[in-house]
Amino acid sequence: MDQQWTCIDGNEAAARVAYALSEVLAVYPITPSTPMGEAADGWAAAGKPNLWGVVPDVVEMQSEAGAAGALHGALQRGALSASFTASQGLLLMIPNMFKIAGELTPAVIHVAARTVATHALSIFGDHSDVMHARTTGWAMLASASVQEAQDMALIAHVATLRARVPFIHFFDGFRTSHEINSIDLVSDDDLRALAPEEDILAFRARGLSPDAPLVRGTAQNPDAFFQGREAGNPFYLATPGIVAAAMEAFERRTGRHYGLVEYAGAPDAERVVVLMGSGIGATEQTMQTLAAAGERVGLVKVRLYRPFPAEQFVAALPQTVRSIAVLDRTKEPGAPGEPLYLDLVAALAEGMDSAHPRFERMPRVIGGRYGLSSKEFNPGMVKAVFDELAAEDPKRHFTVGITDDVTHLSIAPDTEFRYRRPAGEVQAMFFGTGSDGTVGANKNSVKIIGENTDLWAQGYFVYDSKKAGSVTVSHLRFGPNPIRSTYLIERADFVACHQFGLLGKLNVLGHARDGATFLLNSPFPADEVWDHLPECIQEHLIDKGIQFWVIDADRIAAEVGMGSRINTVMQPCFFALSGVLPVDEAVAHIKESVEKAYGKRGPVIVERNFAAIDRSLKELTQVEAPGSVTCGGPSGIAVPDDAPDFVRRVIVPLLAGEGDLLPVSAFPVDGSFITGTAKYEKRAIAREIPIWDPELCIDCGKCALVCPHAVIRMKVYEPARLEGAPEGFRSKDFRSKDLPGHKLTIQVAPDDCTGCGVCVNVCPAKSKTEVRRRAIGMEPAMEHRDAERRNSQFFDSIPPLARDLLPRASVRGSQVLEPLFEFSGACAGCGETPYVKLVSQLFGDRIVVANSTGCSSIYGGNLPTTPWTVDRDGRGPAWNNSLFEDTAEFGMGMRMGCEARLARARLLLEGLAPRLDGALVRETIEAPQDTELQLRAQRQRVADLEQALEGLGNDDPDVPHLLALAGDLVSKGVWIIGGDGWAYDIGFGGLDHVLASGRNVNIMVLDTEVYSNTGGQASKATPRGAVAKFASSGKATPKKDLGALAMAYGTAYVAQIALGANDTQTVKALLEADAWPGPSLVIAYSTCTAHGMDMSKSMEHMKNAVRSGYWPLYRFQPTATESGRPFKLDSRKPSIPVRDFVSSEARFAILSRTHPQRSERLLELIQADVDERWRYYEQLAAMSRKVPSAEGGTRTDTGSADSPQHEEDPP
Amino acid sequence: MSRLATSYLGLELRTPLVASGSPFTRQPESALRMQESGAAAIVLPSLFEEEVVHEEVEFSQALEQGAENFAEALDYFPTVDAFESTADRYLLVIGQMKEKLDVPVIASLNATSSGGWVRFAKLIEEAGADALELNLYRLAADPTRSGSGMEASDLEVVRRVRESTDIPLAVKISPYYSALANFAVSVVETGADGLVLFNRFYQPDLDADSREVVPRLELSQPWELRLPLRWIAILRSHLAARASLAASSGVHTGIDAAKALLVGADVAMMTSAVLRNGREHFATVERELVQWMDANEYASVSELRGSASYAASDDPSAFERANYLKTLRSWNAPLDLTSRPQLP
Repeated sequence: MDQQWTCIDGNEAAARVAYALSEVLAVYPITPSTPMGEAADGWAAAGKPNLWGVVPDVVEMQSEAGAAGALHGALQRGALSASFTASQGLLLMIPNMFKIAGELTPAVIHVAARTVATHALSIFGDHSDVMHARTTGWAMLASASVQEAQDMALIAHVATLRARVPFIHFFDGFRTSHEINSIDLVSDDDLRALAPEEDILAFRARGLSPDAPLVRGTAQNPDAFFQGREAGNPFYLATPGIVAAAMEAFERRTGRHYGLVEYAGAPDAERVVVLMGSGIGATEQTMQTLAAAGERVGLVKVRLYRPFPAEQFVAALPQTVRSIAVLDRTKEPGAPGEPLYLDLVAALAEGMDSAHPRFERMPRVIGGRYGLSSKEFNPGMVKAVFDELAAEDPKRHFTVGITDDVTHLSIAPDTEFRYRRPAGEVQAMFFGTGSDGTVGANKNSVKIIGENTDLWAQGYFVYDSKKAGSVTVSHLRFGPNPIRSTYLIERADFVACHQFGLLGKLNVLGHARDGATFLLNSPFPADEVWDHLPECIQEHLIDKGIQFWVIDADRIAAEVGMGSRINTVMQPCFFALSGVLPVDEAVAHIKESVEKAYGKRGPVIVERNFAAIDRSLKELTQVEAPGSVTCGGPSGIAVPDDAPDFVRRVIVPLLAGEGDLLPVSAFPVDGSFITGTAKYEKRAIAREIPIWDPELCIDCGKCALVCPHAVIRMKVYEPARLEGAPEGFRSKDFRSKDLPGHKLTIQVAPDDCTGCGVCVNVCPAKSKTEVRRRAIGMEPAMEHRDAERRNSQFFDSIPPLARDLLPRASVRGSQVLEPLFEFSGACAGCGETPYVKLVSQLFGDRIVVANSTGCSSIYGGNLPTTPWTVDRDGRGPAWNNSLFEDTAEFGMGMRMGCEARLARARLLLEGLAPRLDGALVRETIEAPQDTELQLRAQRQRVADLEQALEGLGNDDPDVPHLLALAGDLVSKGVWIIGGDGWAYDIGFGGLDHVLASGRNVNIMVLDTEVYSNTGGQASKATPRGAVAKFASSGKATPKKDLGALAMAYGTAYVAQIALGANDTQTVKALLEADAWPGPSLVIAYSTCTAHGMDMSKSMEHMKNAVRSGYWPLYRFQPTATESGRPFKLDSRKPSIPVRDFVSSEARFAILSRTHPQRSERLLELIQADVDERWRYYEQLAAMSRKVPSAEGGTRTDTGSADSPQHEEDPP
Repeated sequence: MSRLATSYLGLELRTPLVASGSPFTRQPESALRMQESGAAAIVLPSLFEEEVVHEEVEFSQALEQGAENFAEALDYFPTVDAFESTADRYLLVIGQMKEKLDVPVIASLNATSSGGWVRFAKLIEEAGADALELNLYRLAADPTRSGSGMEASDLEVVRRVRESTDIPLAVKISPYYSALANFAVSVVETGADGLVLFNRFYQPDLDADSREVVPRLELSQPWELRLPLRWIAILRSHLAARASLAASSGVHTGIDAAKALLVGADVAMMTSAVLRNGREHFATVERELVQWMDANEYASVSELRGSASYAASDDPSAFERANYLKTLRSWNAPLDLTSRPQLP
């Protein structure tokens, strides 16, 4: 037995085994299982063979349902097949899973178990997904650690072939899937020794073949189905024994022992906790600590959950047991108990009813829920469970880890409890941001220690929900014993804060133990830093006697050319201060890993990293803390006095990282949240912010239009509004025939800006005397923040212009409209959010949004704060995210809801008409609502109507009903928003159906040409030649022409837009889509981090995409006339080669470095694709076509005569 | 030995017509066509260290952008294992050309760091290049650096590359050194086997509408040959047989090549004329050169080479300042309008 120790995460541990033992892997990205499929795809792309020398066929399907279908097919043909998934993905596989199990087909699905979306989506871990698959007939094997994720994966693959029952192998999402830990790798020899070749042969023989044909999947009638369903029983009866045998064989080979159900603890235990998954780690540590203190406690670890090994279960329990707590990491509302609890109760009851009951009397069983959505589950909570078991009258059903002050189910954790920490274990916490490389460096440190020393190592990483400037917290443990602490660090020996700015926002020393070491990246030298520290940090440093060290990593990183990547400066400091490794040895290892990571790309990055490492230790300085707290820098999260109560009570603690302390009563019962909370999260993450120069400004509004975070606002107002303006508040005369005598101000919100620079890049107004100066320019935030805060506050007090005063169809006309989508957590420079914001400006006060899952649902609806907001009248977009796959249908349902309410409102109004002002009733029903002016008039009518209805009193039962629906008499829009993964792939069937339905919905596809939210997997929107995950050698097939498919119906409005190329066309298309009374599809080119480009140049990339013909702009408006030409090509004939555009983005350029010849060939094909599509579109532009049915609508009031054709260039 | 044979950097060439670095010498297939048309040696376009570094840094940034930032997307690109940089590709092409071509393959290098010059020079030698041309292209834009200081650092580059490589070394210089003859001789004394005269500096243009600086490449005109003609004539006399000299800039016809050889060049390098007329232009120029030699009864290139250099010329002063006045006067009645310098 050779031991091969390595540090990998649970996903990789499981994927490695699945890859080695499979021939077909059908996958689809879903967090947190995505890395398994990606790893497999990466290995296949690199030509790595499976155990039998063949490179597995790894295929990304259009959805998990598709992956399950492909899995089913490959299995039926007799190919060893597996898949990876989680959460809703697993649910989408369920129909096929019934089939696969019903046909007794060996297969494994590895699941990084994740919460199923209910009142909210959550990407984190619990067992609600796998518990939903209990009924499918798949065996279920649970892993509790990274080591087990590998070992159980292997046992599952071996057992399924013998048992013929397919297996779900699951482990906890994030806690295990993303935890890096030292594991003993199984070797190929181990795999070969354990792979059941005979069973594989038998499996092959059962594969469908025309050489020996069979029919499977018949339809059966009442006379046959039931018996057939029972015919497979012997296989299920045999499965536990087969799994046990596989575990024994595994133990003989590797020395690691596993049982179906394992007991640990005192042999005479009276109190026993039963659970499965990663919670076992915390439970075992607690149990051992208690048992060592003489308490009669024990633990049952469940590994095989289905088929449920009832007998082994009962047999595993000590006969002395008096009370049992069964912990479930899931919730089944309305059930008599959670699944594992019920299973155990049934097993005990049956056991007691047998001829030889194991216990004198039935032990008391209580059931508890814990750890939903990765909620912490630590020894203090486990201790509370053991305490509860000792209570005279314990809660039969309880929760642990939260405070339930509503139904009072929760038990309180023992916060004083400390488990016995092994001697020599070092615990370290690191606070950083996503862009500074902290997590990457820590993963590297874990590997250095875990793979080069005798120490065990563990790394777990917590990210926040923002994509720009996100905070990361790394939890690292190193020690002489295996590390099974499956919870966050509570008493750190070492704390590093890699960003000085985090000190004011987070209590970074809250978890430091007495005498800990604190390393701070500080722009202030050792002798000055103290007075810049927040009070609570000073207190911790003094009270806990913390050793305090500083280094100016930002300066060093900048000086050696590393930009904001301070990781290689901070990493050696950790080693120098923590003493985990001799520092010279550590530095040598760090350099080695730098060489390994960057060496293949060339020496420059390696040299710069080396320079950073060498400079690091020289500049590390200790700070002598004074004996007392001095006047410290600011701390805590401040919200304005007028912030809503909900924001103060709930949002602020969430922002401060103290959400775990909020009780159940703090939360809405149905997941409904107020909008407009992003404005309370003043993150101040930008180092540079844009400053406006009114002297140079030409009033075009482009800076406000393109700002991804709605931090640049444009207001036009009467000069009198300037009264009381703070000194330095900027304004200029607004140049407009429509609105003479007005003032204009462009204002930045300094604390919400991400500093992306897109605004500066797009500004067309250059200084006459100094070309590089534009009307908006980036300036150091430190110098301007205070003044701009004052300006911004005053600016907010100026009321927005009435919506009907400037024409919406112009760019600046759109930009004086208030954005009702602001300060989202999207990536700096995001190419999607400007479109979303524009929709909110144009229609936000009267729309409901059906948002697909993806980036737009995350930056649009991820707590703690959300960007959708309201205007001064309290109106704004109402928003919901249903699923990834059903967004079009969801939106269509919303439209039907609108229509249903409107129909009823009209009926009620007509019924009540005799009692109301006849003219008012008639106008309310008939008046057009196409323009802002008309909408305003209608709102007034509805207000008058409501007033009149109030006057009617309650004698007519229809009055309250009409009052409830009167608002629906104002026209409502439905916007369906999602990415290309949804529209082109998983949701295409529904999208197609909705387009065909003729219903009045507006669909906006934010086309980044890749699955952005899950990290850049290829979709059918990915163009030929682009490198993406699952297309790592460049996608071979061309992009799907979604617009052409939609236009084929002839009844839908279709437009393709690119804000940076032609903003007028963008605004126009959105207005036309809104006005079109049938379905509208707007496909918006969206730049993305996954393109590998400088995001400050988003708009320039869009422009070049259009100039090269890569992304033609067009609008297709169905017409009712014979000679109508519905298709208008809005962009010019391509004027630059596609090569010029694509070579500026890493997604294409990578290929020329990795597969130069293939890259050349694909580049030629991309050009051919573009040429051919252009030729096709030119023909379309010349074709006339009419919509035969008048019902589809023929409105032309948005006017296509003033075509925005050929307006790529700014004025 | 053919009457056109010549020697350059110690390499025996069939003719004195050499393809200097251009898009046509970037790919082996294209270089092969040049050889077939008559090019006696191929100089690759320069490998620019700046480009290599820029690519490496940009790429690393692009691939790491957004990484370890967000729980659902820990990175945005597949793992890139084998990575072929501009430098790798360049070295690969040298090898491929060596396989495909019979004529000597001369690599060209423009580095920015002293380490870069040596590192890439060694790699180029290992890749099998027959000779290396150091392209000392850089703008003297730093007011704190003196002419002598810049010359000294250029010579240091030549010295270090010479010390670390064994292949023949040519140095391509610009005409903008303050004491060109002195510097050129120093370069040879520091170890160069030859000089290439001259590097043409492409001047960027300004787009008046966008007020943006735009790169603009203008092909050379025949009149530009006069600068190398003058300096080859002068340097050939000072260097005698100590170093090879290559005329570069403005060689468009066989007559131009003959002029270069007359003043003392060992080879005439062509780019613009080939870009304008196609790779087959070498055959035309060779034909013209032979016709000229026939008409003027030159039996061989060796007979021709240097016969009108400064030392050998019947009016040496014509190559020096006195000539300036004549030139100005001659401007009154230009006969050949096509050779008139183009006004910017």
